[in-house]
Amino acid sequence: MTALARQRGNWWHRWGEETLSAYLFLLPSIVIFATFVFFPLFFSFYASLTHWNLPFKPSFTGLENYHYLFTDEIGAPEFFRSIRNSFYYALGVPLNMGISLAIAVLLNQRLRGVSLFRTAYFLPTITSTAAISVIWLWIYHPADYGLLNSILLKLGFSPLRWLRDPHLAMPALILMGIWHGMGYNIVIFLAGLQSIPTTLYEAAEIDGAGGWARFWRITWPLLGPTTFYVLVIGIINSLKAFTQMHVMTEGGPLGATTTITYYLYQQAFENFAMGRASAVACVLFVILFILTLIQFKVVGSRIHYE
Amino acid sequence: MLRSKRARKTVFAIFWYIVLGITAVAVMLPYIWMLSTSLKGSDEVFAYPPNWIPRTWRFQNYVEAWNAAPFGRYFLNSAVVALAVTIGQLITCSLAAFAFARMEFKGKDVMFALFLSTTMISTQVTLVPSYLVLKTLRWLDTYQALIVPFLANAFGVFMMRQYFMTLPRELEDAAKLDGCGRLRFLWQVLLPLSKPIVASQALFAFMGNWNSYLWPLIVTTSEHMRTLQIGLRYFVSQEGGTQWGIFMAATVFVSVPIVLFYLFVQKSFVEGIATTGLKGA
Repeated sequence: MTALARQRGNWWHRWGEETLSAYLFLLPSIVIFATFVFFPLFFSFYASLTHWNLPFKPSFTGLENYHYLFTDEIGAPEFFRSIRNSFYYALGVPLNMGISLAIAVLLNQRLRGVSLFRTAYFLPTITSTAAISVIWLWIYHPADYGLLNSILLKLGFSPLRWLRDPHLAMPALILMGIWHGMGYNIVIFLAGLQSIPTTLYEAAEIDGAGGWARFWRITWPLLGPTTFYVLVIGIINSLKAFTQMHVMTEGGPLGATTTITYYLYQQAFENFAMGRASAVACVLFVILFILTLIQFKVVGSRIHYE
Repeated sequence: MLRSKRARKTVFAIFWYIVLGITAVAVMLPYIWMLSTSLKGSDEVFAYPPNWIPRTWRFQNYVEAWNAAPFGRYFLNSAVVALAVTIGQLITCSLAAFAFARMEFKGKDVMFALFLSTTMISTQVTLVPSYLVLKTLRWLDTYQALIVPFLANAFGVFMMRQYFMTLPRELEDAAKLDGCGRLRFLWQVLLPLSKPIVASQALFAFMGNWNSYLWPLIVTTSEHMRTLQIGLRYFVSQEGGTQWGIFMAATVFVSVPIVLFYLFVQKSFVEGIATTGLKGA
């Protein structure tokens, strides 16, 4: 080995040098995270304690924004409605899971041509929410020639106003959300199903267990961690949902689809109330943080379980 | 006995195919409706009862949609941003993943925990301050605003680190003997051995960025900086909401390229989701 090569071999091992290089490798990520994650997070806490309407400067007001959101006569009902709407929207998650699990179990029968079905189910998931929202805006068109209304009319019902009806707008978004999110859930469920050893099913079949019993005694309990993971991720994504509200309903009619994320957007980018919007962001952060902790715990237990 | 069991199995299989087939058609219907409407003239769009197959095929809708808004520019913007984010993320993620997987340094555990903690903080929560940062930098309505905030990705770092850790330690020894520096080792040895994870990371980054909505909505103000998704939304809302044949034509050319792309790469995409639980959108 030449002296030069030995020298190079040495620096590979020197500890101080290795630490320095490692931080140089991390540096690009650290800069981005510091600027666009950590600083904004702490700044949100600070900004939530100020009265700050752009383009004016912020002034410190303590907990006033939180008072507005939680106790104000006008503010509190609006804010609580946005939280209620978000969790209402999240009701689509268990529905979605039921349908997805049923389809995943069928796909797992190892029938021929299954991958073709899987492709079809998965298409909505990869299509952008904006494009999908425009398609469904047309499907939900309130006139007689709207697709859903024309079907209702054919079946002898009267047409509905769908997205323009305060009682129907959210269920309409939930229905579209199920169609949009099914493919993702199916893929996750399929992976979970395929990790269950087939010997268990063979043993159960020898013992005379029918298909129904096999599902409830083997599949369901062993799929538990997957199911829980899909549930929590689904709720988190529901709380973050924004695009479909912006494209299809703009939070209406009468605020029926103003979810917490949409409310945050309105405060910040329609009213330019940055302080109040930051307070909403902090509440959203706490809710998402709790849900993510639960999810990490479950993912942890899933690894442990395997 | 055996024959009846086999017969039962066949009956069941046929039944399941029918169930799966009906759901698959139900899933495809909105796409078919989109395609069908995109070829209709306004007389047919507003006809009741609606036809699934247009009587006259009006391809002119596509031309009119394309010319009614700067869709070429939107495509360019989306492509530039998604490609830049994808390449940038691959660079930052592989560098950080290399440090975490293959190097020993002070504060490694703390840094790793810090990286992972960023996955608990969503864009929605940091929206307002991130916007203000860009405003201070005078980056609003530029490509930087659409690209730079997304140049780091902790999930990507984590997945690549996991993969790097499975590669044999002896690789380094050989590289050391050859006097090969760390960067060259990462670039010429480790990354070529990690093609599957690099491919799925690239795919997630590209799709996620191509389909993103909230961020480009708030940081772009002028028409020529809009991405495809934002452009589509403004196109549909500004035309007064009646030109459905043309709207659907626009939706077709916004959504079909990514669908075709998916059909080519679906295997690695679906496998990536199954193993990581991540998805682009």
